[in-house]
Amino acid sequence: MLDVKAGDEASFDFLLQKYRSPLVNFLNRMVRDQATAEDLAQEVFLRVYRARKQYTPSAKFTTWMFRIATNLALNSVRDNRHKRMGISLDAPLDGEDSAPLELPARERRIDERIIERDRVEIIRRAIWSLPEKQRAAVVLHKYEEMEYAEIAGILDCSEGALKSLLFRAYQTLRVELAPLVNQPAAGQVGSGAEGRPS
Amino acid sequence: MKCEDLEKGLIAYVEDRTSAAERRGVEEHLAGCAACRARVEGFRSVSNLLDEVPAIEPSFGFDARVRQRVAAEPRAGWYAWFVPQGRLALSVAMLVALTVWMVKLPANRPPVPVPAPAAVAAASDQDFQAIKDLGVLENYDVLTKFDALSESAAATTPPLHEKAQSGEASSND
Repeated sequence: MLDVKAGDEASFDFLLQKYRSPLVNFLNRMVRDQATAEDLAQEVFLRVYRARKQYTPSAKFTTWMFRIATNLALNSVRDNRHKRMGISLDAPLDGEDSAPLELPARERRIDERIIERDRVEIIRRAIWSLPEKQRAAVVLHKYEEMEYAEIAGILDCSEGALKSLLFRAYQTLRVELAPLVNQPAAGQVGSGAEGRPS
Repeated sequence: MKCEDLEKGLIAYVEDRTSAAERRGVEEHLAGCAACRARVEGFRSVSNLLDEVPAIEPSFGFDARVRQRVAAEPRAGWYAWFVPQGRLALSVAMLVALTVWMVKLPANRPPVPVPAPAAVAAASDQDFQAIKDLGVLENYDVLTKFDALSESAAATTPPLHEKAQSGEASSND
């Protein structure tokens, strides 16, 4: 980032390549819509670029960048909450019509794919139903694999408060996802001899 | 270790992000607490379920859109060399404005009247006389109590009532 501050455009491109995927994934899990997540990620990169001259390496670059991303995501969620209120639980997720990026195995049956998709959808909804700060804590801890100190810096809370947030979030998820606990994942359904085409 | 003490470190334990010492402490507690063992199992199931959500990739053209927006950002002109920061520029501008105001401030005051050269000369002559007579003024007490002066004055100038009587006599004549 210091190179970007010095005016090195190639360094900004390096930052873009390094953080585009983590940022888009984080924002997608926060706002549950890929198009919005990408718009917000663009905005994050733009703000980083605009603030390059004022950047001081007092905190980790990722802490600074994800704090911008978290604030943008929370504002977006609050702005669009009224739109989300009317969505049925049975409605498909945004962007679900697009082609799956992870190509399924050829031998996987359609019903298995449907089961898997439903299962992932339930998990996504459970994450999304968490209070905003708990959701951000879970996503940063579980998916971005950040340390407690860094997440606490992003969410502007103490490490103790963060641990409590995570504990409460997992308690809620444990209840919400209880129906899935004893159901094997789609990949495991077909792992038995009777599930495989001969 | 109590169950309440375990709560805050439980997620780190489940996600395998604890030190060896912390792990040992948690496991010692779990060995004797069925409720916490059940909780850990529940959290472990949650963690496994969260792992099932696949990551996404930014769509094609994401990088191009970011670069396009960055390229559209206004670039600093040649004057940027002189103005490294907005706040500094503002401070300098305010300092210059304050200096100009301070310099112009005496012009707003009413003009002080300048005395004419003749009046100046007269005033200086008066001052000189006053300084010259300072010795006399210092002997003011002596002068006011000097009887010889008052007597000689009385002798030369008759009292008013005598003046009046002599005047009447002359008019009667």
